[in-house]
Amino acid sequence: MHTAAKILGLLALAGTIVPPALFMGSALGLDAVKAIMFVSSIAWFVAAPFWMKVE
Amino acid sequence: MTVETLEDDAAGVVAGSEYERQRVPEGALRGPSSFWGMYAGEHTAGTEFMIGPLFVAWGASAASLIFGLLLGNLLAVLTWRYLTAVIACDERLTLYYKMERIAGRKLVAFYNLANGLLFCFLAGAMITVSATAVGPFFPPGTIEMPTFQSTMPTGIAWILACIAIGTAMTLVALKGYGVVAQVGHYSAPWMFLVFVACALVTLGKLGTTDVWALLTPPPGTEQKISFLGIVFFSWFCNAAMHLGMADLSVLRFAKKPSAGWASASGMFLGHYVAWICAALLLVYWVRAHGVDPTKGVDPGTMVNDSVGWAGLLCVIIAGWTTANPTIYRAGLAFQGMIPGLSRTAATLLAGAICIAAGIFPAFAMKLLDFVGLYGTVLAPIGAIIIVDHFFADSLGIARDPAARSGSAFNPVVLIAWLLPVAVAMYGYWQHNLFASYLPLPCAIACGLLYALLSRAGGGQAVARS
Repeated sequence: MHTAAKILGLLALAGTIVPPALFMGSALGLDAVKAIMFVSSIAWFVAAPFWMKVE
Repeated sequence: MTVETLEDDAAGVVAGSEYERQRVPEGALRGPSSFWGMYAGEHTAGTEFMIGPLFVAWGASAASLIFGLLLGNLLAVLTWRYLTAVIACDERLTLYYKMERIAGRKLVAFYNLANGLLFCFLAGAMITVSATAVGPFFPPGTIEMPTFQSTMPTGIAWILACIAIGTAMTLVALKGYGVVAQVGHYSAPWMFLVFVACALVTLGKLGTTDVWALLTPPPGTEQKISFLGIVFFSWFCNAAMHLGMADLSVLRFAKKPSAGWASASGMFLGHYVAWICAALLLVYWVRAHGVDPTKGVDPGTMVNDSVGWAGLLCVIIAGWTTANPTIYRAGLAFQGMIPGLSRTAATLLAGAICIAAGIFPAFAMKLLDFVGLYGTVLAPIGAIIIVDHFFADSLGIARDPAARSGSAFNPVVLIAWLLPVAVAMYGYWQHNLFASYLPLPCAIACGLLYALLSRAGGGQAVARS
């Protein structure tokens, strides 16, 4: 579970930062950036509780 | 900026916290890694969306933003490392308990009241920031958003948005803040990336990567904040935490004072990268839409335009996760001040004050001033602890005088604290001194006064009485 959450979490973080970088390089449209970022944000909050432990 | 660590000391009673009235034992000490994550998360908050654009509104130069923030944040980190962390690891006590040993229980209660009220205004600013994220969900014009020049509510819809968000925050605060604290912990890396994403999209829209040129104000822009102003702002916007010693409550768990370096994660990610990213958002609106920078654009509108719903989620969560524990702690502070007040009533009282503050955009829009005043009021207490810790023996004054004498009220502390603060407030209100210039001289004056008055007999009188 932890490994799956970690993979999903990393993908979510990538989905948060890579699309804007692609937009900056004119490789992706803004609407797509917004959609991917929103889905990635949801994915992050699904994965993070299983990945990150709070001391 | 954040208030979370300060809150740990606000009432001296923290749900789930330990060792509030004793030294932290060896077995409870933590390695440095937990502090790096904590500081990174705590200093990427909703207010970051306001501070960056406010620098642009104040006409800050590119050199001030790039190098001034770098220097100011470095000084903040050094303060954490060589003052706060050193005292924390030597004493291993919370600020609250250490203060009680110096100033007495009754004076600490007074400090808590000041703390609680300042928390409420800060949480109010966060409610304001979060409320700006509500606007884009409604047809344009439904909620008139405040500008940087707004001090009064912009209309009924705005008031309702603030009440709705503030009420939700208060109701959650009634249940404690564990869940929200966890959400804040999980949000930290994602939130930071959303800030960076906003900047990348902005650069893409403007078709340049020349950040220096973008941050350079147009010719003729009035410069309301200088290089030194930026340095002092970034150094002292968390003055209550480092110089004011609120972070004793956190760093007392550190194995070594070197854990103080962990504050660099919060300063350079949250107070450097995130501020500059947020500043670029307004730069875009000024350049592409001809917006007057002194009026600005609300964070919700800018972030929604840049990265969409993910950004709005970030604005709400960033405001929520910092405002919620603030309301909870303010409630605890009020409960400590008013005997017989239930936790529920105290939290509702705190929530009501926060909502009232949030409805008035003045607190968020004057954030650059407010955090300076916040540090001016609370940082001097840290100077008294510094004198007690480092210089008491060499000066021949009693350490922990109230604890030695069993006194509940040490008047020397009250005089040493309030006299410089009163002078500073006079300078701010009557002579328009920049608020961030005040915490350092105020703290130095407070420390000197405490040493002089204690040496003159006040402190020893308390110790003997």
